[in-house]
Amino acid sequence: MIEAFALLLLCQLAGEVLSHGFNLPMPGPVVGLLLLFAGLFAAQKFVSVTPQSINDTLLGRATGGLLQHLSLLFVPAGVGVIDHLSLVNSYGPVLFLALLVSTALALAVTALVFTGVKRWQSGGRSS
Amino acid sequence: MTPAFELWVYLSSTPLLWLTVTLIVWIVADRIALASGRHPAVNPVLIAIIVLGAVLILTGTSFATYFQGAQFVHFLLGPAIVAIAVPLYRNFDKVKENLLPMAAALIAGSVTAAVSALGIAALFGVPDPVLASLAPKSVTAGVAMGIAERFGGEAALTAVLVVTTGLVGAIIVTPLMNALGLRDYAARGFAAGLAAHGIGTARAFVVDEVAGTFAGIAMALNAVVTALILPLILYWFLA
Repeated sequence: MIEAFALLLLCQLAGEVLSHGFNLPMPGPVVGLLLLFAGLFAAQKFVSVTPQSINDTLLGRATGGLLQHLSLLFVPAGVGVIDHLSLVNSYGPVLFLALLVSTALALAVTALVFTGVKRWQSGGRSS
Repeated sequence: MTPAFELWVYLSSTPLLWLTVTLIVWIVADRIALASGRHPAVNPVLIAIIVLGAVLILTGTSFATYFQGAQFVHFLLGPAIVAIAVPLYRNFDKVKENLLPMAAALIAGSVTAAVSALGIAALFGVPDPVLASLAPKSVTAGVAMGIAERFGGEAALTAVLVVTTGLVGAIIVTPLMNALGLRDYAARGFAAGLAAHGIGTARAFVVDEVAGTFAGIAMALNAVVTALILPLILYWFLA
């Protein structure tokens, strides 16, 4: 548990150093994600870690628990929004309309393009 | 001062009180969501935010005081993002099969998210600094605030719009995907992460691990792509 958590923090710390040090367009935790991912691939050469067994390891259990409760972690930032609602002022309704329509469109376009290209790809392979 | 009031003054200024309140409100909100059968409209994040916001207003507690306790929860966001490496590693074969669909959906979704929001807002005469604050709304908060500031936007307003977008996306994604008849959890998750960043990704992980993995990838990639293409799109919209 502690080992797994220390590993996650270590990756995040290294990610922050790289992200800020090289002015990367990715935030530190995302760079940390890539480092841990690369680390897992490197590790499977030396220890018996595989995609099938990873969920039964200490790291697998700790990350599984953390990700099951990912929603909770956004609550404090969300409460901060209530504190800043006055910023929205007279454009509030228009901005809400814009982001409601835009989010629905972005969701639909992303998923439809994804499945469309996938169908085209598998169609091309079978013909 | 009465003893009870003295105790309140003491407790309300310690991190212990607001951390405990945050966790208890979350447990209740999550139970309500569970009792609804995880109905998409019953979003535990939204319920918890509204209840906690009301408690802070009723007790006259400042966000700064609240955050002294809640920061311990907020802090875990970083390691949780790193943790997505594990489901990514587990499902990497499925990810490799979908590289082309992901690349196409990433560009199409990223452009759609920015252009549609800017188009609607510009149509209603929203001024430039507010447009710049709105444009990166689908990107994870830290990156979005940086992008907005670069184009004269206001970081705090962007944070409000980003969180609202995440909640809207997490609530509408399931019914919208069902209405479109899309059953592929890779596609559904990818859309949730792209349009609604971390909050959409959290919703995806509740539904399905594969959906959560693709959501996490989309969130990470969209932060990079939006940072690259938004300057070109804003060039058209800003006077």
